Amino acid sequence: MSERTSTVSRTTYVVIWAALMALLLLTWGMAQFDFGAGNTIVAMLIAVVKMSLVMLIFMHVRYNSSLTWVFAGAGFLWLAIMVSFTLSDYLTRGTIRQNGVISFYAESPPNHPPEQGPLAPHGGSR
Amino acid sequence: MPEHAAALAEQFETLEQQEDAARLGLWTFLATEILFFGGMFMGYIVYRHAYPEAFAIASKHTNVFYGTLNTAILLTSSLWMALAVNAAQVGSSKMLVRFLLLTILFAVGFLVVKGFEYTEDFHEHLVPGPSFAVPDRPRSEMFFYFYWAMTGLHGLHVLIGIGVLSVITVLSSHRRFTPEYYNPVEMSGLYWHFVDIVWIFLYPLLYLIDRHT
Repeated sequence: MSERTSTVSRTTYVVIWAALMALLLLTWGMAQFDFGAGNTIVAMLIAVVKMSLVMLIFMHVRYNSSLTWVFAGAGFLWLAIMVSFTLSDYLTRGTIRQNGVISFYAESPPNHPPEQGPLAPHGGSR
Repeated sequence: MPEHAAALAEQFETLEQQEDAARLGLWTFLATEILFFGGMFMGYIVYRHAYPEAFAIASKHTNVFYGTLNTAILLTSSLWMALAVNAAQVGSSKMLVRFLLLTILFAVGFLVVKGFEYTEDFHEHLVPGPSFAVPDRPRSEMFFYFYWAMTGLHGLHVLIGIGVLSVITVLSSHRRFTPEYYNPVEMSGLYWHFVDIVWIFLYPLLYLIDRHT
């Protein structure tokens, strides 16, 4: 009966922990260098690897039934849907309406006055 | 296995079936948690995309030492939790209690470090409001709305985790778990590892945006 869930050895857990700590040092180290947009990509890749190690080994998903894989993946699937649908809007906004005039978003990037940014309440000082 | 009959709820045929049901239920709960935190991550992504410079400036004001230390503490706490489940599986009650206590100790350690960090953040005027003192306001202020909300909510999860694990520790010390029935230990472990995973993503997103200058 005790073999229902395969028992993972203590050594495996310690090795995974060592890998997680190494990845933590790696992600901190990589942040000290300037790769431009690459910094975020590298940091997120390392975070995904760390998450995978925790889920597969610590959370035993690797040793569980395929149904558990489906349930464990479902949350991420819906998260991916939310993120991709939202970004398909925000990343493709060529123009926005400001003061009733259509202007190119690219012409007034992040340094546009605060009252015109997404932070501004509707009907703010115009 | 008559001595485990009490552990088997009447709606289940076997302990194995009961365990599968609990596991799927907990993963379903974690899916809702992923989307709960996901909403904030989504907001973060949108605003970081809109204000890249302000987020980079603001991120430099966070204390990367405390952030890194806390990541290490949580990862280690997860190791103790995994070893606690292992101890439950092999039926070592003494080790089970010890590993659970270590898990809780590190969880408390995380909150203590977070307390020092919050105090420092407060004194450095990183709280959005009239005394906020980071350049490029209010865009940098937006970063700190996310910082406080996300770390605060994560801290609340750590607190709940401590509560759950404390109950499991008390039950363990009363030898309520056996190699045949240790499901609550494993389920609370799943929750605890999830809390760790959230922090794995918060760490680079809040502390490491622009550290190279």
